[in-house]
Amino acid sequence: MSDHPLFSTRNPWFGISVGITAGVAVLSAVVGLIWLPLLQPHLQLTGVWDAICSAAGVPRAAVQETAVKPDFKTSNVVMTSEMLTKADQVSIGRGATLAQRCAICHGPQGVSDAHSPNLAGQFAAVTYKELNDFKTGARVSVVMSPFAAAMSDQDMKDVAAYYAYLPRVPSNNLDTGRPAPAVVVTGAPMRNIPPCGSCHGDIDNKAGSPWLGGQSVVYIKAQLEAFASGARRNDISQQMRNIARQMTAEEIDQVAHYYEAQP
Amino acid sequence: MLTNKRLILSHFWLAFIVFGAALVLGAWQMFVRSPLNTWHFNPEFYYRSVTAHGSAMGYVFPTLIAMGFGYAITEASLGKELVGRRWAWAGFFLVAVGAVVAMIPVSLGLASVLYTFYPPMVGNPFYYIGVVMVVVGSWIWVALMVINFVIWKRDNPDKPVPLAMYANVAGCLLWGWTAVGAALEILFLILPVALGLRSTIDAGLARVFFSWTLHAIVYFWLIPTYIAYYTIFPRAIGGRLYSDAMARISFILFVVVAMPIGVHHLFADPQVGAGIKFMHSVFTGLVALPTLLTVFTICASAEIASRLRGGQGAFGWIRSLPWSNPIMLATALSLVMLGFGGAGGLINMSYQLDATVHNTQWITGHFHLIFGGAIVIMYFAIAYDLWPHLTGRALDSFGMMRTQLWLWFIGMIVTTFPWHYVGILGMPRRMAFYDYANPAIAPQAFSVTMSAIGGFILLLSGVLFLLVLIRGQFGARDEAAAYRFAVPLHMPARIPVALNSFGLWLALMVGLTVVNYGFPIAQLMALSETNVPAVYVGAGR
Repeated sequence: MSDHPLFSTRNPWFGISVGITAGVAVLSAVVGLIWLPLLQPHLQLTGVWDAICSAAGVPRAAVQETAVKPDFKTSNVVMTSEMLTKADQVSIGRGATLAQRCAICHGPQGVSDAHSPNLAGQFAAVTYKELNDFKTGARVSVVMSPFAAAMSDQDMKDVAAYYAYLPRVPSNNLDTGRPAPAVVVTGAPMRNIPPCGSCHGDIDNKAGSPWLGGQSVVYIKAQLEAFASGARRNDISQQMRNIARQMTAEEIDQVAHYYEAQP
Repeated sequence: MLTNKRLILSHFWLAFIVFGAALVLGAWQMFVRSPLNTWHFNPEFYYRSVTAHGSAMGYVFPTLIAMGFGYAITEASLGKELVGRRWAWAGFFLVAVGAVVAMIPVSLGLASVLYTFYPPMVGNPFYYIGVVMVVVGSWIWVALMVINFVIWKRDNPDKPVPLAMYANVAGCLLWGWTAVGAALEILFLILPVALGLRSTIDAGLARVFFSWTLHAIVYFWLIPTYIAYYTIFPRAIGGRLYSDAMARISFILFVVVAMPIGVHHLFADPQVGAGIKFMHSVFTGLVALPTLLTVFTICASAEIASRLRGGQGAFGWIRSLPWSNPIMLATALSLVMLGFGGAGGLINMSYQLDATVHNTQWITGHFHLIFGGAIVIMYFAIAYDLWPHLTGRALDSFGMMRTQLWLWFIGMIVTTFPWHYVGILGMPRRMAFYDYANPAIAPQAFSVTMSAIGGFILLLSGVLFLLVLIRGQFGARDEAAAYRFAVPLHMPARIPVALNSFGLWLALMVGLTVVNYGFPIAQLMALSETNVPAVYVGAGR
């Protein structure tokens, strides 16, 4: 069966197949890594080695430009999905004490009729992020900013852990039979609006997105309008601003009423 | 000589049960995202369903077919009992259990990551563990095929390895090596994150590893189809294979060039350099070569059969082919779908043309036409051909078989042609909801409705297929003659050692992998700032 050993230059199958394979590889490398890049003036290559590095995907130093800084503070909280999901009892206990000062607006059990957000059962990462943004000035409120200014990082974590620990309480306007508006269920893809539930919990929860069920209609509307107008801008990468700007006044109204009626 | 019939039959039955379930999901998906569905539904269910459909159709179904068919080929072509029967059963149960382990978190909505599970999306660890179990089960099969191949060669040093077995081992080796990419991705990048040991992941590197598997896996699915073309089709229509050597060269070309091409799936990805993409594009073009060789050889074999039956003229012989034979029909329909699908594939592999269709429904249309169409229709043919030998009962519902094959062909064309079209119009893939009332996408509504109807035709065909097989299980006892494969026109008494072994081709396969993947992988591993926070799917529930 064997004419010449397979791995030998005397076996034509070896020479030809290795030759063709290597030839194609070398040719495609020369064309792809040298010739084609050099044909593209916008790459501003300085020579063959530069062309090879560029085409192989070696990161190149970007042209030095000073980034345009916004004239307002942006949130410096980095959200991750597992963030603050495991609180210890001490933290919850400390949070309960610290939360006494929040009770006048947010209610002793984290629920109130003052049109301030209900915090009972809110994701800890959400409460923490908002407190942090109030402290740094990324979000501004005449009431909240002075409170947050005096809080340490640990204080915020503790308060967040305490409110996450409290059970959610349905609002007085609970109506689970209320039909969900289209923008909640399917969003509006052509306007780049994802379904609310894909971040806010009914379908999936994305880190930093609050639970909206039972929040006051006044509060939800005020926040969506603030996002749309740009008065509030602590949403990372303009996630909510881009959505709120695309929503009609009627949709904002529907969404606010729908979520208030949810558990 | 088929000895382990129960083993082979178990593989085929499990494969077709999985196929049937996934087909129902597929049809449901077609319906809910089409204008026919006017009800709101939870889009999360759509992604669960897509994940289950893709994982079952991509990982479980073809793997079981390749394994079962591989065992059948070993026994029938080598004329001896399979060595390692117990291991083969172990592999089967690993695949079966792995499929269940993966599907539980998917159905609970904890792993709606789609079958490509692209990070930074990370789902429940059991999904990945299940997929790994399926792959490990198939690796047992790879090892068994190689062992049987080596033992037979040692016992028969002066005979060429039968073509069917040679091709079967080619498929095994290709799968053994190409599965390494996804295995590395799951074991070293995804599982540590899914298990909560890390919270960031190098998504770019993971995608490069996955592309190592993602394209060649298609050729692993394709190999049983090509084996059927070369070794079942000419015999079934009463002819001979045009060239044994051409067949071997085609399978060798798949082993060598199917692997170093996967980056064409990452044309839109920033983490791979343009030059590397170009090199992969060149080798992707080369993969058309074994397919063109195959189409030529199979058409020549068909012509031989026809002329033996008295076929005349330059094209008149086509009429004299035995069209009532289901294998003839399946092969012809398969080649038509392969032609259209292949032409679309040449567009996908071209950097500039891909930009127009990247991540649109065109892509979904393309791989359904190639895999669901050209490949799966030959899986039906393989089952029809093998069934009487496995069950010892006659399989004679020929009219039903022909109807089933035609329905599959028509269904696949009606499904995928409109998909290609709406892809050109810009319809994105992998979306649960489209607002057809919007003027911008309203013109796509008709095509999407059409493709949904195609989906139901496919479902009907799938039901017919299972009915034919079930009837075969209860048919009249009729011990079939020994199973045999097509004989080439010129039976090779001696063939070059290169066409009878794999050493050189494996060396070229690994060598080309290093050339085309070595740099991007090394670079991404060396860069330290490429990790991103993982996005846990279903974490809020």
